[in-house]
Amino acid sequence: MTDKTSDLPQPAAVQRPSRFKELWEADLVYNLRRSPVALVSLIVTLILILAAVLAPLIAPTNPFDPASLNLMNGFSPPGVPNAFTGETFLMGTDDQGRDVFSTILYGMRISLFVGVSAVIFAMVLGITLGLIAGYVGGWIETIIMRIADVQLTFPSILVAMLITGVAKGFTPPAYRDEVAIFVLILAIGLSDWVQFARVVRGATLVEKNKEYVQAARLIGRSGGGIMLRHILPNVLSPVLVIATISLALAIIAEATLSFLGVGAPPTQPSLGTLIRIGQGFLFSGEWWILFFPAVTLLGLALAVNLLGDWLRDALNPRLR
Amino acid sequence: MLAYIIRRVFQSLLVLLVVGLVAFSLFRYVGDPIDSLLGQERTIADIDRVRESLGLNDPFVVQYYNFLANAVQGDFGISYRQSRPVAEIIAERAPATLELAAVSALFAIGLGIALGVFTAIRRRGIAANVIMSASLIGVSLPTFLIGILLIYVFSVELDWLPSFGRGQVTDLGWWTTGLLTASGREAIILPAITLGLYQMTLIMRLVRSEMLEVLRQDYIRFARARGLRERAINFRHALKNTLVPVITVTGLQLGAIIAFAIITETVFQWPGVGLLFINAIQFVDIPVMAAYLMLISVMFVGINLIVDLLYFAVDPRLRIEGRNT
Repeated sequence: MTDKTSDLPQPAAVQRPSRFKELWEADLVYNLRRSPVALVSLIVTLILILAAVLAPLIAPTNPFDPASLNLMNGFSPPGVPNAFTGETFLMGTDDQGRDVFSTILYGMRISLFVGVSAVIFAMVLGITLGLIAGYVGGWIETIIMRIADVQLTFPSILVAMLITGVAKGFTPPAYRDEVAIFVLILAIGLSDWVQFARVVRGATLVEKNKEYVQAARLIGRSGGGIMLRHILPNVLSPVLVIATISLALAIIAEATLSFLGVGAPPTQPSLGTLIRIGQGFLFSGEWWILFFPAVTLLGLALAVNLLGDWLRDALNPRLR
Repeated sequence: MLAYIIRRVFQSLLVLLVVGLVAFSLFRYVGDPIDSLLGQERTIADIDRVRESLGLNDPFVVQYYNFLANAVQGDFGISYRQSRPVAEIIAERAPATLELAAVSALFAIGLGIALGVFTAIRRRGIAANVIMSASLIGVSLPTFLIGILLIYVFSVELDWLPSFGRGQVTDLGWWTTGLLTASGREAIILPAITLGLYQMTLIMRLVRSEMLEVLRQDYIRFARARGLRERAINFRHALKNTLVPVITVTGLQLGAIIAFAIITETVFQWPGVGLLFINAIQFVDIPVMAAYLMLISVMFVGINLIVDLLYFAVDPRLRIEGRNT
């Protein structure tokens, strides 16, 4: 017993950790250890993110380099050597002889890039408008929240589609494929800011009447300073939860738009584009072109979603 | 109450005006209509004449007014891709979408309420728990994957149902229906399930939780004490009182069904308005996009208004609150 305790760091020697760090170590990690579902989804999410980031290193071939493709490899079933070339592909190849495993890794990169960027965009926009609406109030608040209410009556996927259509209309045809990824980020971000704005506004309304805000106002801090340095850190934990769940929704929204053919262009296929391509081979029996991207998308969305659910329960003390 | 209604109607009109503005600027500023009307050989006098005859020299507000006036009369211009009046194309496509939406709404409401009541009454039964867990998976699957999965199982593997199109369609003059022929009825099954599945699980979960809430009330216990039959209690007393929130949610979901019809129609190549809209986005067919934008907004704003007013009619408590404010 004495041996074990001597291994542990001595409390007196360690400086007292910051409040944030203490909370992190005591609560969240403990909670994570107790929830196997959350732990598994965290590991799956991390592996998928890592695989996407390191795609150029992991992928056996670069699916967008025409030199590495061999048409003879087309339609190789997964794990079976090709009849002509004798090469074996883990998840098979598509009609052009592209390795499905590699296209999935590269596709996931685009899906995650669009998803994360869209959520960050929605978060920044939503937090800014929510803080202003909650702190400043008056007619500015009325306008912001009215817009939010109106937008909320439309399903967000429809809003994203409409924005994609409008943005496509305004860009000259020659640039459409180049800007497609950014149009996606804009469309999904703009369709998703309302959640953030509403939550931040609600929390700001509560915080702004507390004593520390009054104290900050008394010592003469500007409105912007109070919002950013005093209120914002105190309204962030619900934002974190919404951001995680939004990420899952954004990934699915991106996949849906790309599947419909109005998202990522064929030159930069995301998981949705791959599923769209794979659907064409459903009847001719090449199931792997569709199956593996679909399973990857499901796994990614489900893992992030479960992580968000767990985070919501863990950060909400009332539920415990 | 009257003030509330007027305020809501006024708000709805404002929203429609803003959407109209977006549709109009799209219509007016994307591409140059002169380019598409006059060829390469044109004089400045020609251009001026056409500009004047199209009203392009009018002030912005006048042009916007004309656009709205035309739209209200059902004139949305001519499709760039099909060179036919947009109103005609939409009128031709609308029955397919509305039929699909109606069938999937019926599926969602019917099966949703039935399963909701069942899972509430047999709360601890194995079947109820299986249904509840399955519904969780159903909610997290993206619509287009559900469609593909159904196609794979019922069209590719089992070869029971068609995977695309509307089947044999009967022309009734102003309306085309696929419901009168066997192939049309077969064709609508998979799309309707795909479209209605999410709403079905939503209604089921809502009915279940409302039923559990109501079944705990005193008047249910009293009804039991009076010796009423279990069926009478469940359906006449409990289910009836759960219906108010179900009506609102169903009403609001009607809009979502129309929106998600875009996805379903693409998966099943269903020749409806949603597929038309997706193709319009792909090929930047501005008049079709503008018209769809206007139509869908009118529908959404209308549904929201009706649901809000219906709430007033159904729930007397709101009316008293409305009088005080």
